[in-house]
Amino acid sequence: MTEKVGVYICHCGSNIAGKVDVEGLAKWAGEELEGVVISRDYKFMCSSLGQELIEEDIKKEGLTRVVVGACSPHLHEKTFRRACSNAGMNPYLCQMASLREQVSWVTEDKAAADVKARALIAGAVRRVQLHESLEPTEVPVNPATLVVGAGITGIQAALEIAEAGHKVFLVEREPSIGGHMAQFDKTFPTLDCSACILTPKMSDVGQHENITLLSYAEVEEVKGFVGSFNVRVRKKARYVVEEDCTGCGICIEKCPKKVVDEVFEVGMGKRKAIYRPFPQAVPKYPVLDTANCTYFLKGTCKACEKFCPTNAIDFEQQDTYLDLDVGNIILATGFDTFDARRIPQYGYGRLPNVFTSLEFERLCNAAGPTDGKIVLRDGVTEPKSIALVHCVGSRDEHYNPYCSAVCCMAALKFGHLVMEKTAAEVTSFYIDLRTPAKGYEEFYDRLLEEGMKFVRGKVGEVSDAARLPGEEGKLIVQVEDTLLGKQRRIPFDMVVLMTALEPRFDAKEVGLRFGISCSMQGWFTERHPKLDPVATMTDGIFICGVCQGPKDIPASVAQGAAAAARVQGMISRGTVLIEPIVATIHAEHCSGCRICNNLCPYNAIEFKLEEGVSFINQALCKGCGTCVAACPAQAITGAHFNNQQIVAELEGLLYDAARGTQGAPKPVAVPA
Amino acid sequence: MTAKPKLALYWAASCGGCEIAVLAIDEKILEVAAAFDIVLWPVAIDAKARDVEKMADKSIDVCLFNGSIRNSEQEYMAQLLRRKSKILVAFGSCAHEGCIPGLANLAGREAIFDYVYRKSPSVDNPQGIVPQPEVQVPEGTLHLPMFYDTVKTLDQTVDVDYYVPGCPPEAENIYSIVVAVIAGLKGAPLPPAGTVLGKETTVCDECERTREEKKIKAFKRTWEIIPNETECLLEQGLVCCGLATRAGCGALCPKVNSPCIGCHGANAGVVDFGARMMTSLASVIDSDDPAEIRRIIQEGIPDPVGTFYRFSLPHSLLRRSALSGNGH
Amino acid sequence: MSDERFEPKIVAFLCNWCSYRAADLAGTARMKYQPNIRTIRVMCSGRVDPTFILKAFSLGADGVMIAGCHPGECHYLVQNYKAMRRYEMLRHTLLAMGVEDHRLRLQWASAAEGNALAAAINQMIDQVRALGPLDWPRFWHENAGHQEAIARLPHEHAEALEVSA
Repeated sequence: MTEKVGVYICHCGSNIAGKVDVEGLAKWAGEELEGVVISRDYKFMCSSLGQELIEEDIKKEGLTRVVVGACSPHLHEKTFRRACSNAGMNPYLCQMASLREQVSWVTEDKAAADVKARALIAGAVRRVQLHESLEPTEVPVNPATLVVGAGITGIQAALEIAEAGHKVFLVEREPSIGGHMAQFDKTFPTLDCSACILTPKMSDVGQHENITLLSYAEVEEVKGFVGSFNVRVRKKARYVVEEDCTGCGICIEKCPKKVVDEVFEVGMGKRKAIYRPFPQAVPKYPVLDTANCTYFLKGTCKACEKFCPTNAIDFEQQDTYLDLDVGNIILATGFDTFDARRIPQYGYGRLPNVFTSLEFERLCNAAGPTDGKIVLRDGVTEPKSIALVHCVGSRDEHYNPYCSAVCCMAALKFGHLVMEKTAAEVTSFYIDLRTPAKGYEEFYDRLLEEGMKFVRGKVGEVSDAARLPGEEGKLIVQVEDTLLGKQRRIPFDMVVLMTALEPRFDAKEVGLRFGISCSMQGWFTERHPKLDPVATMTDGIFICGVCQGPKDIPASVAQGAAAAARVQGMISRGTVLIEPIVATIHAEHCSGCRICNNLCPYNAIEFKLEEGVSFINQALCKGCGTCVAACPAQAITGAHFNNQQIVAELEGLLYDAARGTQGAPKPVAVPA
Repeated sequence: MTAKPKLALYWAASCGGCEIAVLAIDEKILEVAAAFDIVLWPVAIDAKARDVEKMADKSIDVCLFNGSIRNSEQEYMAQLLRRKSKILVAFGSCAHEGCIPGLANLAGREAIFDYVYRKSPSVDNPQGIVPQPEVQVPEGTLHLPMFYDTVKTLDQTVDVDYYVPGCPPEAENIYSIVVAVIAGLKGAPLPPAGTVLGKETTVCDECERTREEKKIKAFKRTWEIIPNETECLLEQGLVCCGLATRAGCGALCPKVNSPCIGCHGANAGVVDFGARMMTSLASVIDSDDPAEIRRIIQEGIPDPVGTFYRFSLPHSLLRRSALSGNGH
Repeated sequence: MSDERFEPKIVAFLCNWCSYRAADLAGTARMKYQPNIRTIRVMCSGRVDPTFILKAFSLGADGVMIAGCHPGECHYLVQNYKAMRRYEMLRHTLLAMGVEDHRLRLQWASAAEGNALAAAINQMIDQVRALGPLDWPRFWHENAGHQEAIARLPHEHAEALEVSA
């Protein structure tokens, strides 16, 4: 079976031609490589003229395979595949060799570049002759969408899709939607009351006819693929019957058990054993915390049940499971905050008046544990001096190397709130002041005007060990003031640590459940950091908000809207193409050894007991090829990356390798 | 009466087991004797190489050649029998893949002679005499075949028409090939040249043990455990090569509670048996920690070449270990 | 014998999502590295079959690199762990066959690590250059004089008939 291969060497202006002898290469390929019937070089293969060159040759010369030596296939594989397609050739019969990113741009010596370029072209020419025509599969897209996480980002995404007329399932782990934004007092730089701008959206979500809100629920299992995912959700038992509950709150009032609220109040305030996280919670139904409920602990009390006017308390309630069919999934799972106890020299957890930024938000919040009064841990004393320590757990090789994006602005905001509510002095200890977005630098100017103090230096230690006069009973911040060039010890009544944003504690596990991966720092991995920040490498799964990386509220909202737009695009198309790069088990060679069975993270491989062979569900197969490589019977083939193709490419790549100085004996005959 | 078709059997570097295996077809051997005129069979009849040299090319209808090629005489006979035979069959694992003689590819002539003739504990050779290819004696010059550094398979030496795998091949398979050849000589279609006569799947297909998904925490040696008779041997920790070995033997060894060692060779289309064993066993090691993975492998498989290439070393992609002195 | 420095030929299997993108990034950043490496793109490091590596050595490669996403970051979630396990198994066997450790390298590189990959490539090339050529097919050569020994045999057979009484 002889193929007619056309080889096209791109100059890419001088990007390739400046280092590689492109004319010589084209000539060499035409003369030396078996199967090549046409071999050209051209200035810009990706231009329409360049593509037409390919199309003409296919039609006129009857080419059956095409090799393009140009830039990276990640840039133009689609372009050249389309050119082939336009000329009536199956797009998978085209192969690219990267002569730019892999040769001309990285090689010093011209002669060496030529040798390497020849190897890559030889590899591509040998490989392409073993390519097979492949057709992508078209599958329908279910117009329903799952949004996981109902903080501001998830809320935005859900509302946009719902407003466009499509069904949304919104799953939230906590009893109420709202996320971290519900805990804040004011938002920078506008100083809007956080709850005031958030709660209208929360209420829209709660009332929207297209949104099914599943709160106090988690996704347990995801099966399927883009266009048709099947998701199992576990709705945790509230012990309150939602259909009967009016949200009157009498159960909460009558509950005798008070516990520290570790979640919403960050340990600064109390709630009851049956509770709503905050007054404007959506949905309004309370939740019973069985770990602290007297009935569940001792079998007594039941005050909530006694006083509930609609009999909505049900101590026997069980978790329920729902199976949802959706076409796309958006993850907006947010973040956790850095545990400041990991930096013992800052004294958090040991020195009472060292606070984290989230704790300080609750202090400032009028609905918070101190009704909005900025006071020390004793609940009474007003601080006269407050230190704001930047970069606690951020920009630090011992903890997190990244910048958390929002803390500088939050510190400025705290500075303003302190000066607005108290007569205290407030000082920021910073490395840099990061105020990039709209209105941010102006906000910094404003704080300078308002009299906030700034010291450029990363705080070394916060201590209560007084050494100098004036330090008794104070928290001493030890810092190198880099603008003054001096070490300083500055006493304060209160220290606030601007803690880093971190990925959720279970981000990796959650990612695996949805089939996406996390970066080394634990944020979900986007498809392309510059050009595709809300898509992931798994079709149909989108990410937005801080779960993709630290960012402020405007950026989170923008990403939520972007993810929603992508999903709406999929829905309006109605179908999606799945690449045909999948594996096949050839039953006649399969002995049913089951080695492959647990090698697939997508559960695409099943074992058929009666037939005694394994089988691949190609709709689930993502084409990684791991099972192809693992099969001891070599019974599995991988489309477009099969053994023969890869070995042929190897043979081309090593076209000039010494094969024994005296020539090898008769080569091994490959059994049929 | 038309002349009977001619059959030749030859043994190169082998143990003799394939010769005995031919006899293991029991009384059917009489059918063979009746159907064929046996022109060469050194173990059983007195024909000589020079008789074969005198035959016309392609006058032997079928030659069953067992044993691998590791000296000049064996290579000569392979070339001779190829010339004189219509159908040349690589009979048994030695001819097919190299088999046990192939493990000598972990050494070379110098090292082998040095050990066998000088260093082995039972040797009494104070003058350190080793075989020479040529020596002068009063009667003339005596020659011995030249001993090669590297064992070759039959198909690395001459073109081979068919392969019968196994160490030794099973009686039913031997009989089937005889029957197929007899039919073929009468005009029935023969399989395509290069076919390995046997099944196209692996030993697990013939093994009746139950199997689950594989997760290996340790590889056990055969002296470490007595496996049960019902579960897959690999799941019990033993390295069973049945995963990658061509079926056709009826999974004889697993049936008697012994792991398969791979004598039937690789499955159809496979160029390197050891690679299949390495990849499948490694893929299901139940660990993600490089240090633990390394420990599991080093403790459980102290002799990887002997385990993965016991029968197939010469036929593998690398064929032998590195040889100092380049084989010159 | 030429006095040119030995230049190794090394084949690298790069996974489409991380290491191939890292190589692309090295290219766009114009990071220069030694040209002795020739790349094959596979979808995942888990696709790399030990057969390919053995084939590369048998074709005369002096070294082989397998590059994939960092553990925990595999685009296909966990498949690079299979590559890691196979590498350990193959390395164990190759050492027993006399292929030195540095000739087979498992390298992790995320899509952002163009410079780390370029540095790893340079390091591997230097290590393999120091080891010298592998040229595995040279070990298959037959001993000098074997053709003469074979050619002599028909004569020996003929002479053997002459046995003096």
